[in-house]
Amino acid sequence: MEKEALDLSAIRARLAQAKGRRYWRSLEEIAETPAFKEFLYREFPQGAAEWTDQLSRRSFLKVMGASLALAGLTSCSGQLAEKILPYVRQPEELIPGKPLFYASAMTLGGYATGVLVESHEGRPTKIEGNPDHPASLGSSDPFMQASILELYDPDRSQVVTRFGTRISTWDAFIQSLQTELDSLQANQGAGLRILTGLVTSPTLTSQLDAILAEFPQAKWHQYEPAGSDNARAGARLAFGRDVETIYNLAKADVVLSLDANFLGEGPAHIRYARDFSDKRRVWTGQTTQNRLYVVESTPSITGAKADHRLPLRASQMELFARAVAEAVGVKVGGAELAEHADWIAAVAGELQSHRGTGLVIAGNQQPPIVHALAHALNEALGNVGQTVLYTDPVAANPVDEMASLRELAEDMAADRVQLLIILDRNPVYEAPADLQFAELMFKVKTRIHLGLYEDETAELCQWHIPGLHYLEMWGDARAYDGTVSIIQPLIAPLYDGKSAYELLAAVLGQTGVSNLDLVRGYWQGQSSGGDFEARWRTALHNGIMADTTLPATSVSVQADFGSAPQAVGPQSLEIVFRPDPSVWDGCFANNGWLQELPKPMTKITWDNVALVSPATAERLGLSNEQVVELRYRERSVRAPVWITPGHADNSVTVHLGFGRSRAGSVGNGVGFNAYTLRTSEAPWFDTGLEISPTSEQYSLVTTQQHFNMEGRELVRTATLADYQARPDFAQEHSAGEGKHISLYPEYEYDGNAWGMTIDLTTCIGCNACTIACQAENNIPVVGKDQVLRGREMHWIRVDTYFEGELDNPAAHFQPVPCMHCEKAPCELVCPVVATVHDAEGLNNMVYNRCVGTRYCSNNCPYKVRRFNFLQYSNEDVPVLKLLMNPDVTVRQRGVMEKCTYCVQRINAARIEAKKENRAIRDGEIVTACQQACPTQAIIFGNINDKGSQVAQSKATPLNYGLLVELNTEPRTTYLAEVKNPNAELGGKIS
Amino acid sequence: MAQIFHPSTNTIAKVSIFGGVFILAGVAVLIMVFVHSSYATGVGVFVEQPVPFSHEHHVSGLGIDCRYCHTSVEKSAFAGIPPTETCMTCHSQIWTNAAMLEPVRASFRTDRPIEWVRVHNLPDFVYFNHSIHVAKGVGCETCHGRVDQMALTYKANTLYMEWCLDCHRHPENYIRPVEEVYTMGYQPQEDQVALGRELVKAYSIQVKQLTNCSVCHY
Repeated sequence: MEKEALDLSAIRARLAQAKGRRYWRSLEEIAETPAFKEFLYREFPQGAAEWTDQLSRRSFLKVMGASLALAGLTSCSGQLAEKILPYVRQPEELIPGKPLFYASAMTLGGYATGVLVESHEGRPTKIEGNPDHPASLGSSDPFMQASILELYDPDRSQVVTRFGTRISTWDAFIQSLQTELDSLQANQGAGLRILTGLVTSPTLTSQLDAILAEFPQAKWHQYEPAGSDNARAGARLAFGRDVETIYNLAKADVVLSLDANFLGEGPAHIRYARDFSDKRRVWTGQTTQNRLYVVESTPSITGAKADHRLPLRASQMELFARAVAEAVGVKVGGAELAEHADWIAAVAGELQSHRGTGLVIAGNQQPPIVHALAHALNEALGNVGQTVLYTDPVAANPVDEMASLRELAEDMAADRVQLLIILDRNPVYEAPADLQFAELMFKVKTRIHLGLYEDETAELCQWHIPGLHYLEMWGDARAYDGTVSIIQPLIAPLYDGKSAYELLAAVLGQTGVSNLDLVRGYWQGQSSGGDFEARWRTALHNGIMADTTLPATSVSVQADFGSAPQAVGPQSLEIVFRPDPSVWDGCFANNGWLQELPKPMTKITWDNVALVSPATAERLGLSNEQVVELRYRERSVRAPVWITPGHADNSVTVHLGFGRSRAGSVGNGVGFNAYTLRTSEAPWFDTGLEISPTSEQYSLVTTQQHFNMEGRELVRTATLADYQARPDFAQEHSAGEGKHISLYPEYEYDGNAWGMTIDLTTCIGCNACTIACQAENNIPVVGKDQVLRGREMHWIRVDTYFEGELDNPAAHFQPVPCMHCEKAPCELVCPVVATVHDAEGLNNMVYNRCVGTRYCSNNCPYKVRRFNFLQYSNEDVPVLKLLMNPDVTVRQRGVMEKCTYCVQRINAARIEAKKENRAIRDGEIVTACQQACPTQAIIFGNINDKGSQVAQSKATPLNYGLLVELNTEPRTTYLAEVKNPNAELGGKIS
Repeated sequence: MAQIFHPSTNTIAKVSIFGGVFILAGVAVLIMVFVHSSYATGVGVFVEQPVPFSHEHHVSGLGIDCRYCHTSVEKSAFAGIPPTETCMTCHSQIWTNAAMLEPVRASFRTDRPIEWVRVHNLPDFVYFNHSIHVAKGVGCETCHGRVDQMALTYKANTLYMEWCLDCHRHPENYIRPVEEVYTMGYQPQEDQVALGRELVKAYSIQVKQLTNCSVCHY
């Protein structure tokens, strides 16, 4: 199909005229391009609308005749004999067939988040958040959910290798390492360099300290490609010392985010999302909401949840922050930013009237001065001690990571490095381009890499040691507030891997000390009397170590920090680098779940793009999927363009983490590598980008247009003021529809009747539910080509709707699982009764009956049914079998599937309740999506029990169903979104 | 016009019309007979095991309770196959040199499990849970037959869906007081159906729910 370039001015005109229809999903939809119409006309692009194959009808019948004749024989093979292997000595706490849960912690960027891991007979299958852990509170994010796939990734490196290809052993490595160290001993380890990510682990720190004591001339470098250098430098600038900044969103009524995606990124984003949404949840009867102002360059989920959002170039953020500071009376040398004066006045006014309950958050990608300004603002507004707390740094040895890496590169260039040990990092791929790390690697005599994959760095190292996944090792790490968690293994190492602890122990000459002894030994050494064993076991059980949370310290902002505003450079095109919402800095590049996860704002899968605003695209004559050459500081990269409503003008965002060459079979060659443009001087944004369009087109896959429900009132929103004036606003669209007469008999539910509500006010569109569902329900990955055909298998998708003007639309998220309709259209059309209603109102999908006619999905108005067009589940790779949830059938080719409300969890709870002869308690059944949701936007339970949370939420006037005019009577309903815009700014969501 | 067909074709035609109906019906009957034959169902067929374990000897002869070995039957979906350690609690003391028990000792020595062959094997899309059945009065015997009389273990029932549904539709015909679940050769003192109806009520078994697809298939 020929794609036409979008006429953006026509789109604007249409939006300006639009009266009835306020919500839209994509530019193509508003423009009503022929391609989009064709896409809708075909309606089910995942299947062919007509028979286009060469096979004629006659030969088709012949083939079918033969298949029918043979069909009867296929069932004759019988079942193969299976073995049962009992334990030789069964562990005491284990009951075969019942999962056990263990507390551990996952780290990202060095910071820990507590997890609870479900283990089936010693095989971890699912990760949940640890309810006792401050950074999780029981919720999770897509990275945490998908980390289980990483454990079983068949592409993980499995043996110690030498020179890339030669298989070696750990013992051989130790010998070789010893020789190297002996030669370094003479000059106190002058040539020894160790490169790690950010380290919060007390054990690892003590090991590194011991190494530095033994080799005083050696150096330890830390580098995180998506780290928080700016936040640390900002704290030093403001306070003259390193501190960790912690926000208490539970107390914040007015929040100003300066390019901070605090709901989607950072070591505490799950916690922040919970606290933030608790202040917004109105269905519970709460009459107030917090108010969020977001100024950002790149649309993010935080921006989407904002009551007021202002797109602003990243480089203007400092000016904006100064202007706000001036407006609230903080004398920092202001600057003119006339164009947003009303905005600034409104924000400043609100912050001043909410002393102690306001909060200013600066984004990690913003320079130190913006952080310092945020600190100054918070101090001046009396927010410190209320909504902002400062503690000693969580990092064991906080450094300027970019400077640290640069120092290492300089040492390497000057031939001062003899032995380089790289632990769990991939600098060859992720170091800024100007350091030319790959070339410098060859100047180091001996290079050692430890990591989960034989990645770009491993390729250039003489020694590669397979690393351990966090579910295979002992370790420790601190959370954002300093709380220590012990990382405990759920499974013995799958391959011949070693942890960083063991490698450092080897450097210290402690070979043969187990991973456990290293970590346990450290804590035993720290223990001052008392019953260490009991404390250790409690820490393991709870997933947190008692009394390790860092106390708040008091700091005060120094006078005269950065009093002169930075001269604004020429208004040339700006480039913005961001970690990717799906693959982060590239470390998850080989994770199929994450690669296939539609990114929250663009719904693009399997690629990264150059994001530009509609106005900039118009000015430069760019269209979607057009390949452009991005030139910046004499380097260039080719990238496909994606026009993003709400992006700052004159600015281009590229996401890091793609374009990998040695990620593995999933991640190799996906997208383009934005690190090749990144420099150490301007790691996050800079002006001076040149863009030259090419005539090339690149096919991108976005699920934004899939499963389109053609512009009905699917998302319903109102302002808080509106809601209070007209509490029934969500019902207005369906007024007069009432309950239709139906030819079909009513079902009677004398027992439980399961139902779900999804609160659109608190849904932040983070995608945790989608991945949690994928992990729980054995949902396969289908690949880019199949997603292009609309065949993605996600049982719960998150739709993004835009509202209002093209240049800065409001965004709304709507997760859509199966609606479990009372009068389900799918049930009536199945010729083999494979999808049926049950006595508790579930819409059952019986895989073993399904013959794959797909009538059900054709008749589903919500488009939530998914069909296995091909054999998507991988049943050939042995290690991937370990991943499967044993409580859910693995579906074959030719079978329809869809959300079951996690019927396996319902059954488990029902059986337990029946054994005790009692009713299932409210909250006893938690669906996978509900459990993962950081904001508790998903509520599930028995709607027959009027006291249950779900029944109460359905009783509020906010409750509405999708497409109820079709008389489907969906069991999944939505609570309309309520936002809280400022009357001074027009009182409209913007 | 000369006759094209010989008169004998009349007979052939009649036979084939008759045969068309009866042979097809016969084939259908044969298929049904086949799928219910013990060749297809495995009912009553001994399965060769690494150790010729006799339930008859251990249950009838020694009086060991089912749950001594099948420990998780009341707690989990899986009744549990005893770990080697369980066998060795006795067999480290008695029959310590029996050649028949060498695989058990070998397992204990080498820390490698005994590889038993599954006798009752449900398809992967069926989720059966032992614990709820024993909690609601389905006796071991009801499904597994007189295990106490099996010198070698075999399947006593087809485990076909029609067989499951038999009880899921009319549990009153089968269930017994929970105290009798582990009893072999149990005979109800009164009329089974009358007792069954009482028990269905007493155990709050929701019969309507038992035929929901999602009770077993998910």
